[in-house]
Formats: sequence, structure tokens, C-alpha cells
Amino acid sequence: MSEDFFSRGFRGRRQKSELSGRLPPGQYLEREFPVLSAGPTPHTPLANWDFSIVGEVDQPKRWSWDGFHALPRETITKDIHCVTKWSKFDTHWEGVSLDVLLAQVDTAADYVIAFSDGGYTTNLPLEEVTGGKAWIVDTYEGEPLEPEHGGPARLLVPHLYFWKSAKWVRGLRLIDGDEPGFWESLGYHNHGDPWKEERYSGD
Amino acid sequence: MERGTLLGRLSWQLGEVAATKPETARTKSITLDLPGWKGHRAGQHVDVRLTAEDGYQAERSYSIASPSEEAPRVTLTVERLDDGEVSPYLTEELRVGDKLELRGPIGGYFVWEAQMGGPLLLVAGGSGIVPLMAMLRHRAVAASTVATRLLYSSRSLEDVIYRDEIEQRMKSSTMLEVVQTLTRAHPPGWTGYSRRIDLQMLREVAWPVEQHPLTFICGPTPFVETAAARLVELGHEPARIRTERFGPTGENHGRK
Amino acid sequence: MVENKLDGNAAAGILQEIFPFEMTLAQVTCVGCGTNNMIGATAAYLQAMGTIVRCPRCDTVLIRVAHIRGNYLLDMRGVRVLQIKEG
Repeated sequence: MSEDFFSRGFRGRRQKSELSGRLPPGQYLEREFPVLSAGPTPHTPLANWDFSIVGEVDQPKRWSWDGFHALPRETITKDIHCVTKWSKFDTHWEGVSLDVLLAQVDTAADYVIAFSDGGYTTNLPLEEVTGGKAWIVDTYEGEPLEPEHGGPARLLVPHLYFWKSAKWVRGLRLIDGDEPGFWESLGYHNHGDPWKEERYSGD
Repeated sequence: MERGTLLGRLSWQLGEVAATKPETARTKSITLDLPGWKGHRAGQHVDVRLTAEDGYQAERSYSIASPSEEAPRVTLTVERLDDGEVSPYLTEELRVGDKLELRGPIGGYFVWEAQMGGPLLLVAGGSGIVPLMAMLRHRAVAASTVATRLLYSSRSLEDVIYRDEIEQRMKSSTMLEVVQTLTRAHPPGWTGYSRRIDLQMLREVAWPVEQHPLTFICGPTPFVETAAARLVELGHEPARIRTERFGPTGENHGRK
Repeated sequence: MVENKLDGNAAAGILQEIFPFEMTLAQVTCVGCGTNNMIGATAAYLQAMGTIVRCPRCDTVLIRVAHIRGNYLLDMRGVRVLQIKEG
């Protein structure tokens, strides 16, 4: 198959924008919010929802939906970048910083695995989700987060590729040694920094 | 139902657009010349890949509408989705003489051949008619008299794809019945159904359970799930019901 | 409500890049619930990161496939036994 073939007149949905300078390498600007899923959309009733921090902690901690909403909240406006090459600028979220949640446990662990309804996992160094870099968010663009985008609540780690922002998140497991999550164990980069184009293992 | 399952490696090939034909306001049939096409089975699909000059690619799957006997010509019927990335290009930009990259045929599960017998129930929602039409066209070429019923759901008469051909086949074909339902608007004097498929409609249209029909259902995901669930409720064997969901919007299998 | 579930037939393309068999007719036994299905009858989730095939009964992940820089990565831990008819 010729490497030079291209489809006459095809551009795709990509938008040209004077903001393109703000894009990480290899990304294009997307106006929509694509939905990528590896499984059925969970529908956990809020009465059954909780968020836990477990694993290498002195005492596991759990918040109910109401308990979660009693915590100090923030509004977050960030660009987000998907490894499939779309980026979205100035997305608006509301939720609780992981600094607030992690302050309630004692740990010597260096890594976390975020785990979700439906079985999805993703791994991160603890230092990548602390210091104002990560949140549990339940509101997108002023509205309750829709199930297809991870509602009732998802992890938000916007400085890394968006597969790290686990949808339908239900907790964090603190671990001493790093363990690859769902995509990290299938060829995707363990860290995922869009500015270094860390898309795949070995990048 | 199976025959030899050893296949060749799937590889991309370039076809040339030989003809285009609008079917409805939103759908268009595209006939391609595919040198080396070795034929296919009714119900199979192809993957189409578009490449922009800067290398950006988008890939989608489309059911083959034509019977295998027309090889090396292969026809796809594509519905234009308003927020689609590939379908607007295929239905509005692509011209006779253009090249289109595709690979196939793909998928041995959602396939009907005359020797598989029947009775046959085909349930189509919107553009889900495409692979089922390939089955009907194959059935005609094979001069098969397998008892066949098509239940075809569309929004309105103007949205019925292959409308004239379906009418014509109904009249000229042995043992073929077609029942239509229009869900949003129907003309005065309409004698078909005028609502979404439901248990009662399937009870009236489907073959009796004791006849162990073969059923193929294709269309948007909610349509397919409703039809399959209701047929199972009526007592039909799940193993003899094969489904092809087109996804929530009908744009097949978005990948890349 | 957007649900991205397709039939296993939708995974036929990527599987046929790897296996020279008609994989939609191959039988898979689920490690989760033990049921046996033809791949064509399973649930497939396709998007640009990879293809995920799940048990239609219990949603257990049967097969994961990614195609990255000329390599296929295939995780079939969810399949207890894969049965393919010889051609």
C-alpha cells in the first residue's frame, strides 16, 4: 500500500485555530468531547456511591456522596489532551482536590492506582496527583458530570494524557511499587506527559 | 453454518469510484472497482480509511450492499451523519474517479448464504437495511426460495432506502414478504405499521417459534437491542438470532 | 445516552490482522462466568486506543488488543479456552 496515498479533499473534523500554539506536539484542537469507552457505562446510584483510599495507608478512608460534598471544593479550568490526538481547551470542572482527600490518610507509599466501576484502572506516582495537580470532579461545564463522560465522578489529572483521568472513579489504592493499569499494561506509556509526547511504552 | 475458516491476511487496497447514486436525501450508494476482489458473503463489511494530506487518518466500517456476484464491483450504501467525520466526505465530497482505500471483506458471523436455509427473518432499522439488502440481493441471484420476511423500520417514506427495489422484489420474488413501519410520519392511506418496533409487532411479523427461523437484526444499537430482546421474549432461540449494532448514532464502528 | 457497545463482528477487522482464521466464529470460554460464545456474539468496544471484547453475559474482559507502532499487543487472559475450527 502506497505511503503517499491521500484522500482528495479530506480534512477530517479538525479545527484550525490561532490557539494552535497552545497544543502539545502531535495534537489537534477538538470542539466536541469525544467519548472513548472500553466497556459498558456504569450506573451507580448515588446512595451506593463512595470513594475510598485504601492499600498502604495507616487507616483506609471512605466518603459517601454526601460526605464527599461536605469537603472543600474548587473550580478548575484546564486544557485536556487525549492520546488519540485531540485536545480541548479551557474545560471547566468542579470537585475536590486530591490534596484534601489524601491529607486524611497517612502513607509512605509512592504510587497510586485509581480504580473505577467497571474495572478500569490507571497508575500514577503519588507526586503526580498531589500539589494541586489532581481532583475528583463531579461537575463539567456547570452541570452534573454525565455518565458517558465518567459521572457521577471521575479523576481529573489534566497535565497527563486523559486516559489517566479515570472515569467512574471509586477510589485510590496506595502501593509501594508501581503497577501498570489498564492501558499501561497494553502498550501505553507508564507516565503519559503530553508535552514530552509520552504516548506509548518506550517513548 | 461454518465452512473453511482459514483466511488470507487482511490488507488495504485502493478502489476507484465507478458510480455514485443517491438513495435518499441522506444516503448514497457508492460503487467501487476493486481489482483483485475475490468476492464476499452477504452481510460482510469493509473498513474504509481516509487519509488527509498531513497524514491524519479516520477509519470506519461499512456494510457491503451488493451481492458477491457483482465482483470486482462492490457497492457500499452510506448514510450521512451530521456530526460524522467520514460519512459526510463519502456522501458529499467523493466523486467518480476518486480512489478510496479499504480492506475486506470482514466478518463471518453476520452472514447469510442461501444454503443456510430458513425461514429467514430480517429486521432492519434505518441504514441497518444495507447488509440485509445484500442478503436479499444474494438470495435473488442464487434464485433461492427460502421463505423470507423483512421487517424494515424507517422514520418516513422519504427515508426508506432502496424503496423502489424493495417494492419490485416483493412483487417478483417467491416467498418474500416485506413489512414496513414508519416511526415519525406516514402518508395518508398507509397500510404498514406506524410506530417503533415492539413486542406486538414482532409477534405479528416474526415466524412461529416452532419453525426455528434464522434471524438477522441490524441498525442503531437501541433498535437492535429492543428487537433481539423482544424476540427472545417471544421464545426464539438466542443462538439463531444474529445482531449487528451500528452504534448509538448509526455511524459504524468508529476507530482512529 | 451514548453506549458504545457493538457486536463481536466489529472486532473482526483487527483480529483478522493477527489471526488467519475467521475469528468471529471462534469460541471463547469466559474466565468470569464460564459461558462459551462465538466471538461474533460477544460485546465489542472499539475506539482509537484499542479494541476490547467482553463476555455478553457478565461483561468480563475477554480480549484486549492494541495496535501500536507496528506491534500488536494482545491480552487474552479473560479467555479460558479459545477454540478455532481449522480451515
